[in-house]
Amino acid sequence: MKLESKVPSGPLAEKWDKHRFESKLVNPANKRKFSAIVVGSGLAGAAGAASLAELGYNVSCFCYQDSPRRAHSIAAQGGINASKNYQNDGDSTWRLFYDTIKGGDFRSREANVYRLAQVANNIIDQCVAQGVPFARDYGGLLDNRSFGGAQVSRTFYARGQTGQQLLLGAYSALSRQIGKGQVRMYPRAEMLDVVVVDGRARGIVVRDMVTGKISSHAADAVVLATGGYGNVFYLATYAKGCNVTAAYKAYKKGALFANPCFTQIHPTCIPVSGEYQSKLTLMSESLRNDGRIWVPKNRDDKRAAADIPEDERDYYLERKYPSFGNLAPRDISSRSAKEVVDDGRGVGETGVGVYLDFADAIKRLGKNVIEERYGNLFQMYERITGEDPYTVPMRIYPASHYTMGGLWVDYNLESTIPALFVAGEANFSDHGANRLGASALMQGLADGYFVLPYTLGNHFARAGVSNIKADHPEFKKAEEEVKERINKLLSINGKRSPDTFHRALGKIMWEYCGMGRNATGLKKALQEIPALREEFWQDLKVMGSADELNQQLELAGRVADFLEIGEVMCYDALTREESCGAHFREEYQTEEGEALRNDRDFCYVSAWEYTGVGKEPNLHKEPLVFENVELTTRSYK
Amino acid sequence: MNLTLYVWRQKDAEDKGSLEKYDARDINHHMSFLEMLDVVNEGLIQEGVDPIAFDHDCREGICGMCSLMINGRAHGPEKATTVCQLHMRHFKDGDTIYIEPWRAKAFPVTKDLIVDRSAFDRVMQAGGFVSVNTGGAPDANALPIPKANADVAFDAAACIGCGACVASCKNASAMLFVSAKVSQFALLPQGHAERKQRVEKMIAQMDEEGFGNCTNYYECEAACPKEISVRFIAKMNREYLMATIAK
Ligand SMILES: Cc1cc2nc3c(=O)[nH]c(=O)nc-3n(C[C@H](O)[C@H](O)[C@H](O)COP(=O)(O)OP(=O)(O)OC[C@H]3O[C@@H](n4cnc5c(N)ncnc54)[C@H](O)[C@@H]3O)c2cc1C
Ligand code: SF4
Ligand code: FES
Repeated sequence: MKLESKVPSGPLAEKWDKHRFESKLVNPANKRKFSAIVVGSGLAGAAGAASLAELGYNVSCFCYQDSPRRAHSIAAQGGINASKNYQNDGDSTWRLFYDTIKGGDFRSREANVYRLAQVANNIIDQCVAQGVPFARDYGGLLDNRSFGGAQVSRTFYARGQTGQQLLLGAYSALSRQIGKGQVRMYPRAEMLDVVVVDGRARGIVVRDMVTGKISSHAADAVVLATGGYGNVFYLATYAKGCNVTAAYKAYKKGALFANPCFTQIHPTCIPVSGEYQSKLTLMSESLRNDGRIWVPKNRDDKRAAADIPEDERDYYLERKYPSFGNLAPRDISSRSAKEVVDDGRGVGETGVGVYLDFADAIKRLGKNVIEERYGNLFQMYERITGEDPYTVPMRIYPASHYTMGGLWVDYNLESTIPALFVAGEANFSDHGANRLGASALMQGLADGYFVLPYTLGNHFARAGVSNIKADHPEFKKAEEEVKERINKLLSINGKRSPDTFHRALGKIMWEYCGMGRNATGLKKALQEIPALREEFWQDLKVMGSADELNQQLELAGRVADFLEIGEVMCYDALTREESCGAHFREEYQTEEGEALRNDRDFCYVSAWEYTGVGKEPNLHKEPLVFENVELTTRSYK
Repeated sequence: MNLTLYVWRQKDAEDKGSLEKYDARDINHHMSFLEMLDVVNEGLIQEGVDPIAFDHDCREGICGMCSLMINGRAHGPEKATTVCQLHMRHFKDGDTIYIEPWRAKAFPVTKDLIVDRSAFDRVMQAGGFVSVNTGGAPDANALPIPKANADVAFDAAACIGCGACVASCKNASAMLFVSAKVSQFALLPQGHAERKQRVEKMIAQMDEEGFGNCTNYYECEAACPKEISVRFIAKMNREYLMATIAK
């Protein structure tokens, strides 16, 4: 299989314009003849479904929550990037492009990232026009902040609820189209397979999560905007329902999975407090603008934070990275936290945490300024931990937060299965080996509002209307397979709940394929995961039946897929014998313990092809060609 | 700590349903309320009893999916807190806790503690938007908006659509939810062109869904996890009056 990125020729800055010009258009009168399925109603899905419907295409949209407004995008706190340069601090499309590609440690495609930077400004315009209440200054103009290691203030935000406000904007556009009948919305619907006919995606199979009914839906194109798979680690900042199922089913049907081991561990989350813990909560990274991160210099120092004198504290990020300090990129901050904890200098009851201290900022700016900036976050922290961060430093620790890897797509966001498009976190396209803060929201909305409407139009115009309907034998076959699998899950009748298997998998993944990886550990994981999977299919216990609302059954199906993707992640991590971005292979580091990238041998995208459960997948490589930026070593010293 | 739970069990929309008694043992005070239910469910599975179905997703107080009546209070005893953010340290050993679903004509029970809130979506589809297509929006800073207005609009926009306001209202009124959206757009210049038809359509849909009237008990504001103010209801009433007078 040859991977064709379909990046248009010509100068970087002109590629997208040129591509749009060369795209075929669908005659306005013919648009209503085409239909699209959009799975997912997060930023990417809701924006895409609404925009396609506005153009006149018939859209069906699916989500597993009871309302499209609850997609996981709602939880994003910090903000969204654009290079408006409203602050006159030297920002530009080029700088946003460069920062994003450098932040990704040169493992993403230049042309995609440049397009992202180009359309970013349109997103802000669009959202403001929808009535999204971004933060404003006293003159009534939009406010910005610097975020996640950027040296310009380019992040637009809506208090600590940026994702919520952006999603509600996209949801309102989607609602308008649902009201008009241009989008048919299917909430509480879980996609359980992609249907491929003659090599092209023609539709999906869905389970109604209230009645259990399995149904088929056909269309001229299928878009997966189903989010990331970071819940493979069990403990994560993701919503509980986030899953890999949709993407994984596409993988099993022939779509390649790219860079699955590129997963982001976010440095500022509330640490685990006990075995029963069901999820981890993110504390927005914006806190690092004013908080100072430290641990005691001495091991096993059990004194309260306030009793540890200044000269016995190690402000390790400030020490190691003087120019970025507490704002060092996520992968570096996370890894440094792991280092000090592994060294026995962690804080809190469990010793697995570091301090994020606001005492200096409160002294300098006053409590009310800190309250204005972070009031809701401090409240959330107190609610969860029962500690007051105005008087006692916060405790934080890294947690699974985002997946840069995802289904492989070309410049049109089309996967290796023709007519199957992938948008948002579910694809791999823009963040390389590490995503910068405030750029996932940007990418989700860029894909949905400004890329899919063009590339799907071009696809429709070239491919013509499909005459395959949902009663085609391939749909029936897929439905039967889905039912069979559900019955299998229900009939094992073993002893363990799906959740216990999920936790066990999470532990393996966190231990061997988390913040630090090495060949020995990964090989071990590659033995432990299949063994766990075996046990799952022998000893699983799912209560209830197939034709009712059954949350255990939903969970079991998702865990079954996590038990397979985990293995693909380990293969990917094992074969990538370099350290880059969030992928830190312990064998490949400099003397100072920094990541050692290997551009000579690994400057490519790893795209994996399914070969069967438990079999090593086939690796395909898309070489990354950099014509416009020089590959430098990231240095945040 | 050990607790006694009375939980509403109802197989499906047709079933009559009843309260069932369960023991929750060895509950750690750091757990969230939903984690306590996870532990109870794990025990039920081991006993071969169908676990308790309840809605949840983000578990950080922002998606609006969780929705439990705890001892008769929507989202439980803590102010400005969704049930997923409620922690067991607010309960004590030996407590008896009643857990029920939202109850309102417009929110029929789907199973156990899960209800159907799609009526909220239909109210939004009737007018909860600014009619602007993708593309062609003017520069975001072309339209300065006084910070004070933007801030109040934000207070309204913070609604998570959970439905606690409806569940806690004697009349099962959705006024707080609807007024939050109406007010957000009424306060922003982007919303002005459709201001009149928006409030009329959303209220008409709200009535059609079977939500009750507001008789100023303000239980909604007290239960709202996002502290949406009843001032927005007054604002919506003014908007509605203006729209109908204009006719
Ligand atoms: C706590 C937190 C804070 C964050 N903060 C920021 C931030 O400040 N800035 C930033 O840029 N990024 C942030 N991110 C990342 C960002 O929020 C996500 O990457 C982004 O919102 C993903 O959007 P999406 O549209 O791709 O997917 P999602 O929003 O995850 O939506 C997925 C959709 O797919 C549906 N779905 C999934 N599987 C199925 C299935 N099998 N069948 C049917 N439907 C399905 C779901 O119902 C949902 O509608 C944050 C992430 C987290 C976890
Ligand atoms: S107004 Fe408050 S209680 Fe009502 S839906 Fe919105 S957030 Fe929930
Ligand atoms: S689960 Fe999302 S608000 Fe409670």
